[in-house]
Amino acid sequence: MTSFYQTPEPAGFTGIRSWLITFDHKRIALLYLFSILFWFLLAVTLGGLIRLELMFPGKTVLDAQMYNSVFTLHGVIMIFLFIIPALPAIFGNFFLPIHIGAEDVYFPRLNLLSWYLYMAGGIVAIVSLFSDGFPDTGWTFYVPFSISTNTNVSTAVFAAFILGFSSMLTGLNFITTIHKMRAKNMGWLQLPLFTWSLYATAWVQLLATPVITITLVLVVVERFFNVGLFDPARGGDPILYQHLFWMYSHPAVYIMILPGMGVISEIIPVSARKSIFGYKAIVASSLAIAIAGSLVWAHHMYTSGMSDTAVFVFSLLTYVVAIPSAIKVFSWVATLYKGAIEMTPPLLFSLCFVYLFSVGGLTGLVLGAAGANIHVHDTHFVVAHFHFTMFGGTGFAFFAALHYWWPKMFGKMYDFKKAYIAAILVTAGFMLHYVPMFVLGLQGMPRRYYDYLPQYAAGNFFAGFGALCMIAGIGLMMVNLLGSLARERTAAADDPWGGVTLEWTIPSPPPLHNFDKDPEVMDYPYDFTKVAAAGPGAGSMDPETDK
Amino acid sequence: MTAQTDPTGKKLGMWLFLYTEIVLFGGLFVLYAVYFAGYTEDFIAGAKELDLFFGVVNTIILLISSFCVAAGVTAVQKAHNRIALAGLWGALACGAIFLVNKYIEWGHKFAYGIYPGSDRLVDGPAGQNLFFGLYFVVTGLHGLHIIIGMTLLAVSLVLVTRQKITAQSNAMLENSGLYWHLVDLIWIFIFPLFYLVV
Amino acid sequence: MASESHIIEYKTLGLTLAALLVLTGVTVGAASIDLGRVNVWIALMIASVKAGFVLLVFMHMRWEGRTLQWSFLATVLFLAVMIGFIFWDVAFR
Repeated sequence: MTSFYQTPEPAGFTGIRSWLITFDHKRIALLYLFSILFWFLLAVTLGGLIRLELMFPGKTVLDAQMYNSVFTLHGVIMIFLFIIPALPAIFGNFFLPIHIGAEDVYFPRLNLLSWYLYMAGGIVAIVSLFSDGFPDTGWTFYVPFSISTNTNVSTAVFAAFILGFSSMLTGLNFITTIHKMRAKNMGWLQLPLFTWSLYATAWVQLLATPVITITLVLVVVERFFNVGLFDPARGGDPILYQHLFWMYSHPAVYIMILPGMGVISEIIPVSARKSIFGYKAIVASSLAIAIAGSLVWAHHMYTSGMSDTAVFVFSLLTYVVAIPSAIKVFSWVATLYKGAIEMTPPLLFSLCFVYLFSVGGLTGLVLGAAGANIHVHDTHFVVAHFHFTMFGGTGFAFFAALHYWWPKMFGKMYDFKKAYIAAILVTAGFMLHYVPMFVLGLQGMPRRYYDYLPQYAAGNFFAGFGALCMIAGIGLMMVNLLGSLARERTAAADDPWGGVTLEWTIPSPPPLHNFDKDPEVMDYPYDFTKVAAAGPGAGSMDPETDK
Repeated sequence: MTAQTDPTGKKLGMWLFLYTEIVLFGGLFVLYAVYFAGYTEDFIAGAKELDLFFGVVNTIILLISSFCVAAGVTAVQKAHNRIALAGLWGALACGAIFLVNKYIEWGHKFAYGIYPGSDRLVDGPAGQNLFFGLYFVVTGLHGLHIIIGMTLLAVSLVLVTRQKITAQSNAMLENSGLYWHLVDLIWIFIFPLFYLVV
Repeated sequence: MASESHIIEYKTLGLTLAALLVLTGVTVGAASIDLGRVNVWIALMIASVKAGFVLLVFMHMRWEGRTLQWSFLATVLFLAVMIGFIFWDVAFR
């Protein structure tokens, strides 16, 4: 069986051209994989620089202006170039069509265009770095500073604008694909949960992204034409900018986390050899998160000077979002209960996800409560909270997805021992990095500050140490994964984990047209009776015994 | 295998794109709603300075153009090629007239010293600055959409002439038509909000 | 989705256009009567009726399947939330 690597498409194009003008969703997914990994590692380095600077009081590696640009760049890259596209654009592109038994997405050309827009956005971001200096506004581009600062806000904002388009078109493509290209006998309640989460995400991408588009357009219009729509001196209202900004950016955190939850909902039942607990509840909670998540944006603005009524209403609504998130966590734990658990690297990452995300979610409730929020607003507590959800959540789901689907995407298996060590290093480093920040925040250390008072020195020192540990773990993970591609003896089985969704029924790596014969759709996507009957180790996970 | 033959998907994709356009303009309507609530008197005074005549004419022009496009779609479905071409030419002409009107209208405002950042607006009442600021941003963005819509219609026109769009395969025309109707739909709200709040 | 083959007659389109032109006249007329803030609501209601005509007839929404009809309503609802929830802040500041 020839895999999609061997067959150049479109016919007649070979080498680099068979990748740059391909319409194959699998190749586009890999294009995304490597470009996103590049940005991720760059932003990790920048984050490391921030922590290195803060490890000791006073100036160490960066000057203050540089520090402002570095944390802005870290935020912009991590948000717009890594977390938002990572799971949908890589794993969604690769596995959504396979999950629903289709040959490709509905609009393959649009799919390639989305990748080019993604690359163009990244390049414009780099250009802004080398022209007038990267903006020092933070990734939120708050007015009035973003309108008055002399740094290159317009170019950076334009980059975010292009990336928004890319994300929107991906969402549009996925919705159409799920509606129109499901295998004949696949109903809505036979969709794998990862696909369901992508469906919910796609709607948020589609409806929320235009809000940031128009907001960013307004920033550029203000900078060039000086209309004064947000200028308090001329009757404008700068808080309205924050409303518009968070109207996108809060739903956006659900764009980031929902696909991650989908990944975990795939890995946990497979590793427990047990049907997922509450399939319908997880589906419903995905949709509920997408809807409720769009109603809570102003909880980022309790101290902005908006009305107390709004503070009350948005605080109340914020608590509502906790319910569907908790439903998911309970369902995962209930799935593991009395399961025939086989420990694998993806499962280890998933378990870390469940723990870290729960901490992130619960500290979110502290921030959602208006009274507590005012005490810790804009402190390191907030930094720690959103890194627990975004990195401990989406980031770990990304690592889990990499380890879960790597053998399917490349047909190669990585080394388990190194994967476990990397997972432990990253998790331990993570805790050492972010837990001190909770304490620092409660003690009152503000975020985004270049220097600090002596009483914050110990916490910052430990956090910096944790960062080094984490970066070492990520490095080991990359070496392990990429190293597996080079080695000959590590061919992966078609179904290394004992999974039963459609991607495990086809060869690794998949053939060009995904399915050589019509896929057989099961009545229920998480039916492990056959796998469980085959006994432990059914999926022949260990690459050594696979030979 | 599942071949890509379901043409309703293209229409679904187009509608999804239109939703993003609706929300895009929605962001501006958010600003309008808030500032209108805060500066009602200034907004009314501002609207009185806009020329109702141009507003009404442009509304009628866009409605007629929408009819032309819809008739064009029907004509292609019935294989009445002549009527289809006439409809598309009519819509394009309407779009062009709309833009010329807009040009004249903006020119008048500029001549009176009303443009973003002009002394008259900066030193004048805050609400009027916001009203005209929104007026220029909203109608400017809408004008941009008219140009995009005309491009799409022109492409469809060429394809109809070359017999590439037929009764059997007319997704391109239908989708361009949907886009054009949306531009009209947005104008239907812009018109009363800027010209009729007197 | 019976929409694919549905063809709208020229006559239906013409009548729709006539209705839209009449409504344009009505809204201009209504604006000339000074009712204060109510004027805006009247103008927006007439605009919504006009938008309904364009949407249902010109854009074929009347003959589309549930997916499109529901998703369109969802978009409008999203818009309504955007504009409406802002006033939790603005109206009580």
